[in-house]
Amino acid sequence: MSYRLGVDVGGTFTDLLLVHEKSGQTWSAKVPSTPADQSVGVLSGIKRVCERAGIDPKQIDHVMHGTTVATNTVLTGTGARCGLVTTKGYRQVLQIARSYVPGGLGGWIIYNKSLPMAPLACTIEADERVSAKGDVVRPLDEKALRASLKKLKLQKIEALTVSLINSFANPAHERRVREIALEEMPGTPVSISSDVVPEMQEYERTVTTVANSYVRPRVDRYVRNLKTKLAGVASDVKLHILRSDGGLASASSAAEYPVNLLMSGPAGGVTGALWVAVQAGFRNLLTVDVGGTSTDVALIQGGQPRLRRETTVGDVTVRASSVDIRSVGAGGGSIAHVPELTKALRVGPQSAGADPGPAAYNRGGTEPTVSDANIVLGYLPEMQKLGGDMVLNRELAQTAVKKVGDALGLGVKQAAQGIYNIVNENMVGALRLVSVEQGYDPRDYALIAFGGAGPLHANALSRLLGSWPSIIPPGPGVLCALGDATTAVRDERARTYVRKFSETNGKEIDKILKGLAADASKGLEVEGVKKSEITTSYQVDLRYHGQGLRLTVEVNLAELQKKGLKVISDKFDEEHERLFTFALPLEHELVTLRSAVQGQGIKIKRRPLAAGGGDPRAAAVGKQKAFMEGKDVIAVVYDRVKLKAGNKVRGPAIVMEMDSTSVILPKHTGHVDKSGCILIYPDNFKAPKRVAAKKSGHK
Amino acid sequence: MPATIVQRNKKPFTKMKVDTVTIDIIESALRNARYEMDTVLFRTAMSPGIREQHDEFPMIANTEGKMVVGQFGSFIWGFMQGYDGTVEEGDIFLTSDPYSVNGAISHANDWLMLMPVYRGGRIIAWSAMFGHMTDVGGKVPGSLPTDGTTIYEDGIVVPPVKIYKGGELNKDVLRVVLHNCRLPEWNLSDFNAITAALRTAAARCIEIAERFGDDVFYSAMDAMLERNKRAMRALIRQNVPESKQYFEDYICDDGLNMGPYRIKCSMWREGDKCIFDFAGTDPQSISSINFLLNEEMFKMFAGIYMIMVFDPQILFNDGFYDLMEVRIPPGTLLKPLKPAALSCRTHALGRIFDILAGLLGQGNPDFMCGAGFSDSPHFMYSGYDKNGEWYQLYQITFGGIPGKPFGDGPDGHSLWPSFTNVPNEFLESYFPLRIDIYETIADTGGAGKNRGGNGLRIGYRFLEPGEISIHDDRWLTYPWGANGGEPGARSRKLLQRSDGTEQLLPSKIDHVKVEAGDLLIADTWGGGGWGDPLEREAAKVGFDVAAGLVTAEGAKRYGVVCNADGKIDEAATGALRVKMRAGRGPKKIFDRGFETIDELKGRCKAETGFDPPGQPRFTKWAAVAAEAMAKKKGIKAA
Repeated sequence: MSYRLGVDVGGTFTDLLLVHEKSGQTWSAKVPSTPADQSVGVLSGIKRVCERAGIDPKQIDHVMHGTTVATNTVLTGTGARCGLVTTKGYRQVLQIARSYVPGGLGGWIIYNKSLPMAPLACTIEADERVSAKGDVVRPLDEKALRASLKKLKLQKIEALTVSLINSFANPAHERRVREIALEEMPGTPVSISSDVVPEMQEYERTVTTVANSYVRPRVDRYVRNLKTKLAGVASDVKLHILRSDGGLASASSAAEYPVNLLMSGPAGGVTGALWVAVQAGFRNLLTVDVGGTSTDVALIQGGQPRLRRETTVGDVTVRASSVDIRSVGAGGGSIAHVPELTKALRVGPQSAGADPGPAAYNRGGTEPTVSDANIVLGYLPEMQKLGGDMVLNRELAQTAVKKVGDALGLGVKQAAQGIYNIVNENMVGALRLVSVEQGYDPRDYALIAFGGAGPLHANALSRLLGSWPSIIPPGPGVLCALGDATTAVRDERARTYVRKFSETNGKEIDKILKGLAADASKGLEVEGVKKSEITTSYQVDLRYHGQGLRLTVEVNLAELQKKGLKVISDKFDEEHERLFTFALPLEHELVTLRSAVQGQGIKIKRRPLAAGGGDPRAAAVGKQKAFMEGKDVIAVVYDRVKLKAGNKVRGPAIVMEMDSTSVILPKHTGHVDKSGCILIYPDNFKAPKRVAAKKSGHK
Repeated sequence: MPATIVQRNKKPFTKMKVDTVTIDIIESALRNARYEMDTVLFRTAMSPGIREQHDEFPMIANTEGKMVVGQFGSFIWGFMQGYDGTVEEGDIFLTSDPYSVNGAISHANDWLMLMPVYRGGRIIAWSAMFGHMTDVGGKVPGSLPTDGTTIYEDGIVVPPVKIYKGGELNKDVLRVVLHNCRLPEWNLSDFNAITAALRTAAARCIEIAERFGDDVFYSAMDAMLERNKRAMRALIRQNVPESKQYFEDYICDDGLNMGPYRIKCSMWREGDKCIFDFAGTDPQSISSINFLLNEEMFKMFAGIYMIMVFDPQILFNDGFYDLMEVRIPPGTLLKPLKPAALSCRTHALGRIFDILAGLLGQGNPDFMCGAGFSDSPHFMYSGYDKNGEWYQLYQITFGGIPGKPFGDGPDGHSLWPSFTNVPNEFLESYFPLRIDIYETIADTGGAGKNRGGNGLRIGYRFLEPGEISIHDDRWLTYPWGANGGEPGARSRKLLQRSDGTEQLLPSKIDHVKVEAGDLLIADTWGGGGWGDPLEREAAKVGFDVAAGLVTAEGAKRYGVVCNADGKIDEAATGALRVKMRAGRGPKKIFDRGFETIDELKGRCKAETGFDPPGQPRFTKWAAVAAEAMAKKKGIKAA
């Protein structure tokens, strides 16, 4: 009784973490992923982890799952054949998109646009029109619509999307089109844009709804299949899927709105990192997940991951909330090269991937990668085995890195140091996007690094950003599964409501927000979350009338009732000033109202690590020649499992564990705390005194 | 008198050798800073032209004012020559006068701001940015009068002024400027947004200098310029022949019923140096289609074009400027003399890219693109609504990207970097209009192995009485096809009155009165095709037909026979292709869709509904003044 299981399916491995709710005891397992049918890997993982814990799978109540099925469907272009119904005159809404051509001046010369997810051949028009205020300008021509649908049926579509102009203001026509479509093509699932994302902007609303239809059949099939298989080994287990915004959705809601799952995998990492860091006492965090081909970063402020109102996968950007995760093409497999014309050192975005992988894997790769540089530098000792059993070949790494050194006129160690520095800089670029560019000073945040390769770079990244400590969580490779297991059920409802402040009042907004919250709560209650356990937060997106941006501010309903809309405009001005250094004496305008509801997460406590003294020598397993900051050093190598709480690991040092390796640089010390984290600080660390940012600009 | 730079710290920077990795790190940090400037601006600007459409350009330059990252090349040196005053810490400069900065901005709508970045009492860099204001006053809403004949009619022209002195805003000057604009709140917000972006860049430069030291920062920027020069030298040597290449293109008319105007350019290489000579270009126009082309900016265009075509990895900056020489005779359409009107320069500015494609392509036909959507057509609509409130819309629209060696041109897209359309639901929420049609027009993209993109059709339904303006081109000449590709279709504007009458509107016109219920159907033009249309896979043509982007009739231009659903008749297609191959002449590098201008004018009325424009008349004073100026400089005038 009372076990919950977190499952993260990655490209190579499926990670599982089993938690006993009462005691907080955890067991983890790692099994190969099975891309053809991910549920096979999940089931074998469940068997493995239950064996380890010595329990019957029937004792598992909840399975929380982060999945990449939706993402992969988009990336590989293997979604459903989608039909689309638009307003007359808008058939090409996806073809034209925002008319945007990436790549700067002249970028069009090399730009080839990908095809829309709903082919034009499967797009029909409905003769109807609603105004921006929601009035019906022209009624729906139902007869013509039925004729068009009959023709569309011949295209053998698997899903249908309806997205009509101004439906955010009045969804009546969309709903009627759905009714007719269900009559004309029974059995074909129909999504309407005013359900999926009732927000202004026709292209964004359409592409989001189409993306939902596009991934829906595959996600639905996967979830149902997994549910059936789970029912085979466990009884009465509830399956939840992690949403892009870091909340959990019920399996049925996930299957209905899969567009909310596009960042499900990475969101698990962020929530897992948060959970671990909170155990160590940190709530303001920069998270860094270093994988084979890319690095994902995010910012957590006061225990809340920053969200954004869009999700990007490949070249598709949809309006769905997600943890604001930025990705940069810099990972262990990123290839270093020196272009002939400029003689610059570039690292990535090309990657050797898992196959052939870095040169040191001895699987045919000859290009120097970041992992090869880490090997040459001595950060990845030969005794370290990647993914359990892969042997590293140092000579092959050296041969590969030498190519870059020769092109630059540098020695092999110096070239490796260059690769390491450049890739760190690329990661810092992504970290700046989520911090400095959003008005957050990275020096006010701790940095937590995970993924197999994260701890190799953590110390260096913290130093570049001034973000201390550098936190190395226990089991950096299974953090996503931990995130899955510790997350709460969450849902939200939003509505576009464009009104100048002079056209509305606090009372009206209060009423709408409460209505949205009631709607959102229904789903949670169905999931068995008690009403008393639900916490609700309210947000509004607003701007100065005439502006294009929108900023999201949290609304406290009690204050809103008491002081009216001023509560919102004051907060907005403050945020505007923080982000852009000025506020304006202009009228405010509401854009979107949103209510988010959340159940309670599990309150598990990790068992504290056994205490030891300051001296970590008992955990030392050897010594290693390494090259740090341009100098040869001898680093002590430690076994992570043997480290005790209170140990102080002085750099230069290398800490090895099953799925990861950590580097502690000279003049830095890793403090092992009782939650099992290693907290790296510079030896001369003084907490910085922060002066309030100087305000300037015209007011 | 050039400006006097005041620096507390007189110590010169020490040039030192910086290792590659450090240069790369500084390069990427500066590149990030430049993108951060965009982000700050987009999010806070009010003018839709900046905010939604991204008509703005940031730059970071080294101590000497050479652009290290950015897009349009540096104008700082020119600016300093034209400013008679001091440059001090905390200063920010503003100008909107193209004539004071030798065309670094090319009309008065563009507000250019410039900030020296000081650290330790010395200038370590410059940040600069300009953006297009929706309105700067003058004779028409939007400040782009088609029939303007001097710059004074365009709107308020701000000479280089110190708008922040030592960090303090010169409120009086700003008040005067804003007072002359129709939408002062927008201008104020955009002004603040640009200021914030400049300060962001300054903060980033200071951070980099703090981390690496001033001398390393200084030397690394130098090395970045040198690195770019090395790369460009190789590109120029490989791709620009020593023999003269020549190309010409046209602006269809000047809004005063005269045209077409000719832009001529020759290109050749002497050693490492690439020379562009615009001799033979028509004299400056008496209307506002003149484009004051800054030589450095043209170098940038040419350089970017080469880089994009031949090696997109190269980072762009001013380093290669010595390797190019640009000769533009004074008194021409591209170097008009003050006070010629400049506001509607967008057509000539765009056409420069077709000229570049034509010039650079001849040496390497495989890399040549078709003529494209080399313009940014404007639509403006303004008036008082039923509540007595002023509304004013300025919108840039898009069209067909040309076919190119790497693939088809997208339909209804922008050639301009980072421009996006304004969502129609947004327009309908804020302006008294409905967009009844928003689609691309089948068959308007030039046929080719790679198809040109289709032009865009927007149906504007007006809900209040008001006035509209249209600025477009390519209604007479076609966007040409390349390497056997066919030209794209022309643009066209049709006004359907609510009483059922129809009226074709000229391509460039202001002050057209509209009533509630009227519908304007505004068609832009298609991109030129690339390569032999008979070599396009029949299946691709069938796909386009099924998608409604090409009609079954239009498929015949590709020698493809199919039904309306795109189902291909293989046998008939084979036969048609054989017949077409046999019946045509040798492959043309350029297909302009006409033989001579006279021949084109001869069929103008029948094809467009308009009488052909007359021969342009030019002003005498400009010719005389240009002659005198040329004599002084020892060069040829128009």
